[in-house]
Amino acid sequence: MRKLAIFAAALSLCGAAHAADVSLLNVSYDPTRELYKDINAAFAAQWKQKTGDTLTVNMSHNGSGASSRAVIDGLDADVVTLALAYDIDAIADKAKLLPSNWQKRLPQNSTPYTSTVVFLVRKGNPWHIKDWPDLVRPGVHVVTPNPKTSGGARWSYLAAWAYAEKKPGGSWEKAKQFIAELYRHVPVLDTGARGSTTTFAQRGIGDVLLSWENEAHLALKEAGGDKFEIVYPSNSILAEPPVAVVDKNADRHGTRKVAEAYLQFLYSKEAQEIEAKDFYRPRDKDILAAHARDFPNIPLYSIDDVFGGWTKAQQVHFSDGGVFDQIYKPGQ
Amino acid sequence: MTPMLRPRAPTDDHPLTKLVLSLVAVGFIALFLLMPLVTVFWEALAQGMDSAIAALREPDALSAIQLSFTVAAIAVPCNALFGLAAAWCVTKFDFIGKNLLVTLIDIPFSVSPVVSGLVYMLIFGLQGWLGQDLRDHGIKIVFALPGIVLATIFVTFPFVARELIPLMSEQGRDEEEAAVSLGASGWSTLRRVTLPNIKWALLYGVLLCNARAMGEFGAVSVVSGHIRGLTDTMPLHVEVLYNDYQYAAAFAVAALLALLALVTLGIKSLLEWQFAGEIAATHSH
Repeated sequence: MRKLAIFAAALSLCGAAHAADVSLLNVSYDPTRELYKDINAAFAAQWKQKTGDTLTVNMSHNGSGASSRAVIDGLDADVVTLALAYDIDAIADKAKLLPSNWQKRLPQNSTPYTSTVVFLVRKGNPWHIKDWPDLVRPGVHVVTPNPKTSGGARWSYLAAWAYAEKKPGGSWEKAKQFIAELYRHVPVLDTGARGSTTTFAQRGIGDVLLSWENEAHLALKEAGGDKFEIVYPSNSILAEPPVAVVDKNADRHGTRKVAEAYLQFLYSKEAQEIEAKDFYRPRDKDILAAHARDFPNIPLYSIDDVFGGWTKAQQVHFSDGGVFDQIYKPGQ
Repeated sequence: MTPMLRPRAPTDDHPLTKLVLSLVAVGFIALFLLMPLVTVFWEALAQGMDSAIAALREPDALSAIQLSFTVAAIAVPCNALFGLAAAWCVTKFDFIGKNLLVTLIDIPFSVSPVVSGLVYMLIFGLQGWLGQDLRDHGIKIVFALPGIVLATIFVTFPFVARELIPLMSEQGRDEEEAAVSLGASGWSTLRRVTLPNIKWALLYGVLLCNARAMGEFGAVSVVSGHIRGLTDTMPLHVEVLYNDYQYAAAFAVAALLALLALVTLGIKSLLEWQFAGEIAATHSH
């Protein structure tokens, strides 16, 4: 009933003023700055053609956890495009701004693109880093953000864990030891992925950066090609950064229709091509195949298979007193 | 042993000691104050004047500049008024809890700005005490201009009052008491006796307050929501640009901030020089 009223209101608005100015607020995570700049321009053009309305998509970027927290505290997002499902679960759970089954509303777990965790090393790979065990060799310094605030950091942590638990002879206990050893090699924890990239690339700290695949490619591109190399480990994790309409906010603003169209657009051929160009792995098989050179086919563990889903992973590893708190002792 | 008979140097230290001490002081200032300032301008102009100016004319940069000026234009007058009122209360009257008030005024100096931002979040955030009511009435505080202004007012609270209180307590109440005994009203005592005595200190306070209001990062960062082109102030925009790999543009905006601070200091020095005599008269010590 309420939806109908809003729809009617929207219709009458459309009738009254032909070319309305509409705006959406997309609250996102750190490394998507370039991606959504491109997506927003493409979608606004399409929306203008379809409806005549001039659409402005405003952006707010932060570490995924920090962005989630801001929306819970009242940052008026029409849509959220975060680094991992738990951060949207938190919005559904703590602020009740969208239903808890939000992830079922769009195809493929509401993730139009995926990514993974790779290593970025300095040109020539002076430490000969090829796979996860090389990260804990004496003298190697690893840069990765804080898993408490950064989505990318949590994916990196889980990728390392999955490797250590699933390798021949691996176990939960051995994985915990490996992770503890790994974080002893981390000199500084930034709050977000982009902060860590800047620490590694611009300030020259560390020998290897655990990074989103898209972030590593971008750093490579920004640096002009001959300063860094990307190393793909023997296996990594399937990172699914999901998207959702924030129902209560969108309904209050009367923007549900355009917000839903915006997220649908992310699955279109046009958007998938943009995502691939910005180094996110597109869901579309043909477009993925066309960009296969940028996305080497390595085995990727899924969070459901190894960790029993995000809720459980978050609780076991990243909650207060969880495994990360037990193993991370700064300054040792 | 005959210090009264010959004019003495300020200290008896060896000339070499003095030289070393002076060099250390100058070196310290150069290293920690001058060098960063020079670096900011150097980096800003690394790709030429044109690209620095172009960076400042980007819509998001213009919006950040405008927001910073708007925030300062609201916060500084508020704090000037409050600072004057508080200094007047504390120095011209006796009342119970006076020391407590003086201590309270200093709180923003001692509390981390991030904490103050979080406090506003606890009060006005959607999960905070007033959040749901505000939303039901369509009032936006945090993640919008009012929240940014509130956070800035909090952080710059003490600047004017702290500048005025020592001066006013030194000047005492004699002149005001004389004015009142001659039949002046409270208002005209303030306007014709107190204000002329403190106008320079008041102006300094306002200038410092303004510089800090434009430059505040921590508290504003918590309540801003970082919406580009809407709620990013100049300092926040510097961080955004830096993290966007736009280093020259980041330093261009940073240089503009530094320039504003330098202009503020310049005005202060100019006033001191221009009105040296008058200032000495009100600072009668």
